[in-house]
Amino acid sequence: MNFLSVGFRTLFYKEILRFWKVATQTIAAPVVTSMLYLLIFGHVLEGKVQMLEGVNYTSFLIPGLVMMSVLQNAFANSSSSLIQSKITGNLVFILLPPLSHWEIVSAYVAASIVRGLVVGAGVFIITAWFAHLSFVAPLWIIVFALLGAAILGTMGVIAGIWAEKFDQLAAFQNFLIMPATFLAGVFYSIQKLPPFWLAVSHFNPFFYMIDGFRYGFFGKSDVSPWTSLAIVAVFFVVLAAVAINMLRRGYKLRH
Amino acid sequence: MTAIQIDRVEKSYKGFKALKGVSLSIEQGEFFGLLGPNGAGKTTLISTIAGLIRPDVGSVRIHGHDVVTDQRQARMKLGVVPQELVFDPFFTVRETLRLQSGYFGLKNNDKWIDEVMENLDLTAKADVNMRALSGGMKRRVLVAQALVHKPPVIVLDEPTAGVDVELRQTLWKFISRLNREGHTVVLTTHYLEEAQAMCQRVAMLKSGNVVALDTMSQLLRRVSGSSLVVHLKHGTLPEGLRHLVAHDQHDENASNGGNKVTLRVNAYNEVEGILARLRESGAEIDEMQLQQADLEDIFLQIMDGAPVR
Repeated sequence: MNFLSVGFRTLFYKEILRFWKVATQTIAAPVVTSMLYLLIFGHVLEGKVQMLEGVNYTSFLIPGLVMMSVLQNAFANSSSSLIQSKITGNLVFILLPPLSHWEIVSAYVAASIVRGLVVGAGVFIITAWFAHLSFVAPLWIIVFALLGAAILGTMGVIAGIWAEKFDQLAAFQNFLIMPATFLAGVFYSIQKLPPFWLAVSHFNPFFYMIDGFRYGFFGKSDVSPWTSLAIVAVFFVVLAAVAINMLRRGYKLRH
Repeated sequence: MTAIQIDRVEKSYKGFKALKGVSLSIEQGEFFGLLGPNGAGKTTLISTIAGLIRPDVGSVRIHGHDVVTDQRQARMKLGVVPQELVFDPFFTVRETLRLQSGYFGLKNNDKWIDEVMENLDLTAKADVNMRALSGGMKRRVLVAQALVHKPPVIVLDEPTAGVDVELRQTLWKFISRLNREGHTVVLTTHYLEEAQAMCQRVAMLKSGNVVALDTMSQLLRRVSGSSLVVHLKHGTLPEGLRHLVAHDQHDENASNGGNKVTLRVNAYNEVEGILARLRESGAEIDEMQLQQADLEDIFLQIMDGAPVR
């Protein structure tokens, strides 16, 4: 495994270049979408609900929106790149050279992290004008943003390899990623849920990513950030092992 | 030195056996042709060599490196031009070649990239997006991508399918130069005249089996000599020449009473004797052609399962 090999760096660069060349679609559009969420939900619910003690709703919402953007765009980057390459056939340019499965997975995931963080930063910069935000534990913000993007980037690799057509990838995104993100406490604190859904939420790994990320801003969260970190880290290791194993076996790539 | 060693390779897809124990050995520096009709297993074999398909049984080695167990080294030695016209629409020609070079671990490879583009007449298109290129130009980029890491073994899967004469000439000139410089070239093509002109040795595949493997000169020698096609204005073929009628011409000529006959000629000096006997029999020749046997003749005979003379 050589994360600094020319092969890894080239594939990483290619993936960055790919999304940068269509930045309107890959960066600007999700930033605008998040801003609309903030304007609508923030305007309607501000002053009517309080999710965390001493934190107004718009301030509560912003970290959730930032993390949601990070996660969704990290997933979109690796999954869309792989499925497009598979369907158009140009994935052969990655499969013919002597790139190891480690290099391939790490390059796709690293580029996904970059896109997730760029979009997240864009959302933060735009939305931060609408509320006063504190940064109680900035290290937690960085750790959860990185881990969350890495997890979704890895899920994107898995989905991109598994899916054989855009329809299947859309199903993965709409029936798994989207509900898991929306039901992870982006717009609310899970403490406000009925007992059954509160319990269900604890089985959603996305909840821990968002809850830990929000802790970095307010120093308050539904569960301890250390618990969230442990769960998120284990989740990442498991997903990374699955993705690397798929590539090592040539699952749906080398017949 | 053996460039490609293929040992008893078998591959099945959902019960269909695409390769049935193929064994081949291709030496370094050879220009080798892999021929066969559609569905013969050529692309499956090439994909196995390239590591895109894993054999069920058997092994493939490139310069001694197994394509499954020592894939990194094997892939460094190999450049493959895929049959499908695939490209990445996000990048220009130069970006595509730089990226491909980087995947093979090569930095600062612009000098060679420029040379490859120059030799394939791509220089003027270097900064053009791949989407904007014609089919022929995209094909040239595919060839350039396979060559960016100067592989000692080059595999061309139908490189001239659907491209114009100019590209064919440019491509063959460059590939011939690389072959002269010591690169091994493996070519699959449906254009048998190209294979005859370029390849030193040929393997013919049929239904997943190697049905012929020989040098080009030996293969052509199997088709004995040439054919003399004679259109008779008056008269018939004398009895003494009937044994020279090509076997596939017998029925046609017998049933038509034939004023056109195709005669086998083993050596050019036999032509004079044939003409003399025709003259003696009172036959008058309207038109005459001497046709050299070619790879297509032997290919069709082998694929038809007919005994090769």
